[in-house]
Amino acid sequence: MADKIATREAYGNALAEFGEKYDFVVLDADLAEATKTGVFKKKFPDRFFDCGIAEGNMVSVAAGIATTGMNVFCSSFAMFAAGRAFEQVRNSIGYPHLNVKIGATHAGISVGEDGATHQCLEDIALMRTIPGMVIINPADAVEARAAVEWALNYKGPVYLRFGRLAVPVIFDREKYVFEMGKNTRLTRGRDVTIYASGLTVGISLDAAKLLKKEGIKARVVNVATIKPIDEAEIISSAKQTGAIVTVEEHNVIGGLGEAVCGVTAANCPVPVIRVGTNDVFGKSGKVPALLKEYGLTAENVAEKAKEALALKKKLARK
Amino acid sequence: MNQTKEKKLKKIAKNIRLGILEEVHAASSGHPGGSLSIADILAYLYWEEMNVRPDEPDWADRDRLVLSKGHTAPAIYAALAEKGYLPKEDLKGFRQIDSYLQGHPDMKHTPGVDMTTGSLGLGVSASDGMALSAKVAKKDYRVYAIVGDGESEEGQVWEAAMFAAHYKLDNLCWILDLNGLQIDGKITDVIDPTPHDKKFEAFGWNVLRADAHDFASLEAAFKAAKKCKGKPSVIIADSIKGKGVSFMENQVGWHGKAPNDEQYAAAVAELNAAE
Repeated sequence: MADKIATREAYGNALAEFGEKYDFVVLDADLAEATKTGVFKKKFPDRFFDCGIAEGNMVSVAAGIATTGMNVFCSSFAMFAAGRAFEQVRNSIGYPHLNVKIGATHAGISVGEDGATHQCLEDIALMRTIPGMVIINPADAVEARAAVEWALNYKGPVYLRFGRLAVPVIFDREKYVFEMGKNTRLTRGRDVTIYASGLTVGISLDAAKLLKKEGIKARVVNVATIKPIDEAEIISSAKQTGAIVTVEEHNVIGGLGEAVCGVTAANCPVPVIRVGTNDVFGKSGKVPALLKEYGLTAENVAEKAKEALALKKKLARK
Repeated sequence: MNQTKEKKLKKIAKNIRLGILEEVHAASSGHPGGSLSIADILAYLYWEEMNVRPDEPDWADRDRLVLSKGHTAPAIYAALAEKGYLPKEDLKGFRQIDSYLQGHPDMKHTPGVDMTTGSLGLGVSASDGMALSAKVAKKDYRVYAIVGDGESEEGQVWEAAMFAAHYKLDNLCWILDLNGLQIDGKITDVIDPTPHDKKFEAFGWNVLRADAHDFASLEAAFKAAKKCKGKPSVIIADSIKGKGVSFMENQVGWHGKAPNDEQYAAAVAELNAAE
């Protein structure tokens, strides 16, 4: 396995790399160092525009740029890109379905020490409610890079969710192909399905290893595209495994878990246990301690998988 | 300004006003006051100032107009119909379930609408984006935005003002419709956003003043805006809310209320009787 790298890092590197091949501009709101758009700025200063600490304006400026046919990315922390500027994203970008790419970094609890005000646990919920918005939450640097290139070729609003923390590289850059709206099954198994996205993919793969030791075969599925969700794959896995655990670095309200439940409830009701923050705000701390506090560990995911399995068996007996 | 031109513009503005009244009356809904206050500005923009092609609304090199005070959609629809972008009979469908003329401007469904607006403060930022894009792409089209005086209470207007000055968007011209009234009363009573001139000057803008209902005054301001290099321009246009319909003029109650049949007939008669 290669070194760990944060998806935000891969995002900035991808913008700089693809700046040669594609014509686009990048906006940021005084966080270029942290969001890593600064890597692009350094290479293409004429195509980078800092908007200062004014995220609402940045989002509407991006919309105006898009009306002229120019490709544009805008970046801030998820808290401000999706949270503070929600109404601008909805009305300036979403409603007119403009071709703006929102690169939101520092999503989720893994922001760490900055604490609750900066740990965005509701961006997926907010973005899911905007008609026509594509939501991509890459699991590693390879997927992040590929998603950026996909977004450059797609015409319409896209919310790309990146993390602060360095995470293991899971995919092989030479072989990996990003397919929007397609889940990818990472392990084989028919006992239980574990849906993961972003940083929780690595955690879930570790959980599958723990389960394997106990003779439980878990199917770990990477949900890179949270909207539109891969209904066909979810229905198929629900039918084949009959028990599901979802793992997200987000509030269990409105996020990946509810997206999966929406599909299973209507098509193939099976027990679904959602792991994520449970309707609480985050807090300051070191990332490993925070992940443990909110149940985002391989041990807890394995435990929840066993609970889902027990529910499946209980239902089968009835 | 020569008399022929002025006569032409007056006639166009009258037709825009008649269109506004027709729309809000047919819909029994909408915002006549602030629509009537910008009728002359729209007449000047579309017939004298802007380089546009009604038969090719998406022409890439056209000048753009963002109606940031989007609730005055009846005014832009009436102007677009008068200019030939839309069939005039469609104005009757305004705000109706089967019409493309939405309550607030919708760029996806209405030819000639350059930006979807309605939520105040967002449109001016989009006008910044369009002007910035022109600079990046080295195109020489100009971008205009009409912003409300009440709207200027939105913080985003000043974020956008800061941005436009910082990036020296001299291809950008905002028109601030200073009619002095907003839903809850006089702007100076609700939450005073004045003085606009000093604020824009402090934000680094070229500030111009005009009488929103005098075409010679508008012409002078727009010409001065075009000449200014290195900074964006704002024309603070002193206007009368409800202009042209005496019982609506300067009446806050006509901000978002449609005339009944009797009031509509009286308003049309008054506009037709005017020279």
